[in-house]
Amino acid sequence: MRMFLQQVVNGLSVGSIYALIALGYTMVYGIIKLINFAHGDVYMLGAYIGYFATVYLPLSFFPALLLSMVSCALLGAIIERVAYRPLRQSPKIAVLITAIGVSLLLEYTMMYFVGAGVRSYKALLPTDTYNVGGVIFGFQQIAIIITAIALMAVLQFIVLKTKMGKAMRAVSIDADAAQLMGISVDRTISFAFMLGSALAGAAGVLVGIYYSSINPLMGTMPGLKAFIAAVFGGIGSIPGAMVGGLAIGILETFVAGYGSSMYRDAAVFFFLIVILLAMPGGLMGMKRTEKV
Amino acid sequence: MLELKSLNVHYGVIHVLKDVSLTVGRGQIVTLIGANGAGKTTALRTISGIKAPSSGSIILDGQDITKIPAPKRVVLGLSQVPEGRRIFASMSVYENLELGAYLRKDTKAVKSDIQDVFARFPILGKRQKQPAGTLSGGEQQMLAIGRALMLKPKILLLDEPSMGLAPILVNEIFDIIKNINEQGTTVLLVEQNASKALAIADIGYVLETGTIVLSGTGAELAASDDVKKAYLGG
Repeated sequence: MRMFLQQVVNGLSVGSIYALIALGYTMVYGIIKLINFAHGDVYMLGAYIGYFATVYLPLSFFPALLLSMVSCALLGAIIERVAYRPLRQSPKIAVLITAIGVSLLLEYTMMYFVGAGVRSYKALLPTDTYNVGGVIFGFQQIAIIITAIALMAVLQFIVLKTKMGKAMRAVSIDADAAQLMGISVDRTISFAFMLGSALAGAAGVLVGIYYSSINPLMGTMPGLKAFIAAVFGGIGSIPGAMVGGLAIGILETFVAGYGSSMYRDAAVFFFLIVILLAMPGGLMGMKRTEKV
Repeated sequence: MLELKSLNVHYGVIHVLKDVSLTVGRGQIVTLIGANGAGKTTALRTISGIKAPSSGSIILDGQDITKIPAPKRVVLGLSQVPEGRRIFASMSVYENLELGAYLRKDTKAVKSDIQDVFARFPILGKRQKQPAGTLSGGEQQMLAIGRALMLKPKILLLDEPSMGLAPILVNEIFDIIKNINEQGTTVLLVEQNASKALAIADIGYVLETGTIVLSGTGAELAASDDVKKAYLGG
């Protein structure tokens, strides 16, 4: 039982990071039906921005987190403007290939400037641990989970209560009808990219603190897993991405804890296949029939 | 108030609207009737700016709006109730109305206007927290009209508001349109239900495969043999 609870705690901390990344995938998909493969690399850049901010400026945890979120939001808006907007009328496959191109561009530009080697975050948060009935909580784990939950609460507020958030939902339901209300579809898409990228930036800093090592290709695997989390939750659904991220995190730590960490990644991808076979719409996905 | 001057619209090589000219006077209800595929919806899409014409011009209040993009035309006072209602199904009734007022900055007045919509359509007030997709067809049509009214449009464009509704609701929707018009909003109504549309219209135009073949007052058209034969069932 103690082992079980320990894995849940570990799984929640990794899972909340996946959830933050998954939200970006799901929001962008919900609004323009694009799997933004460059999203994992925005998360990588967020980790580097946090690294430079804490090493050279040097900022503490919260200012560094904010700086990374703001920079990533801008980056997300620029990527959308430069790479995806000109392709709005193009076939989906063209945009998808562009997304893969942007992903490679970010990875290798970054590698050119910072080198392929691993860099280490310094300890931004206390490394204290607490033993509660044999289950060990790290201060960092708790801080990560709380930060992630707080950010998701802010996101929910923006999406459900603010004018821009409502416009975003309207565009994702019916872009033409939204235009008839005078909603600018381009601005709304840009906004979705900014929100998603800011969350990815935050996830980058949190992961830097958790694992303390970052590198230019670090976005690939978490990017894929967050994507799987979004698909599991039902792509396009915001609560789905949150639940999906936590589920994937817990699944992964259980496989590593009870089985072998070698099978960790394989288990997640196997899980994706099972989801796609058993419930292609995902946990909270919209079941819609497409007209052909 | 709204004038179309020899409008031509193409979808690829298909010539959908051919030299269409019509005039909607201030305070009038003007109806555009015609069979399925005559080009009625295309005419509305062109007026609201979703589809660009290949030639011709659209004049609103003396201003040429042919080149103005769709969201800006909304600001100028063109508000459309699209075919099939197109409400935001997973959002609440209240949120749908708020989105109708998306362009307005006067938050307080928006709130009181939403209450006005609820006064006009009490059933929407009762269901304001429900997802709009759970409403019945008639209620959804009321919501779509309410949403379009939130912009306080100069001219309301209605695309097939009676489509898919039970006959008793059709009468109700036409009463509502007449009532909205009496309160000062100009209406351009596109309909397949010619008899009902002509009964409330000041002026009617008949569109046949992209060309306006007949026009006149609602009463004249309703009495015309051609219209009777083609659209009113003999």
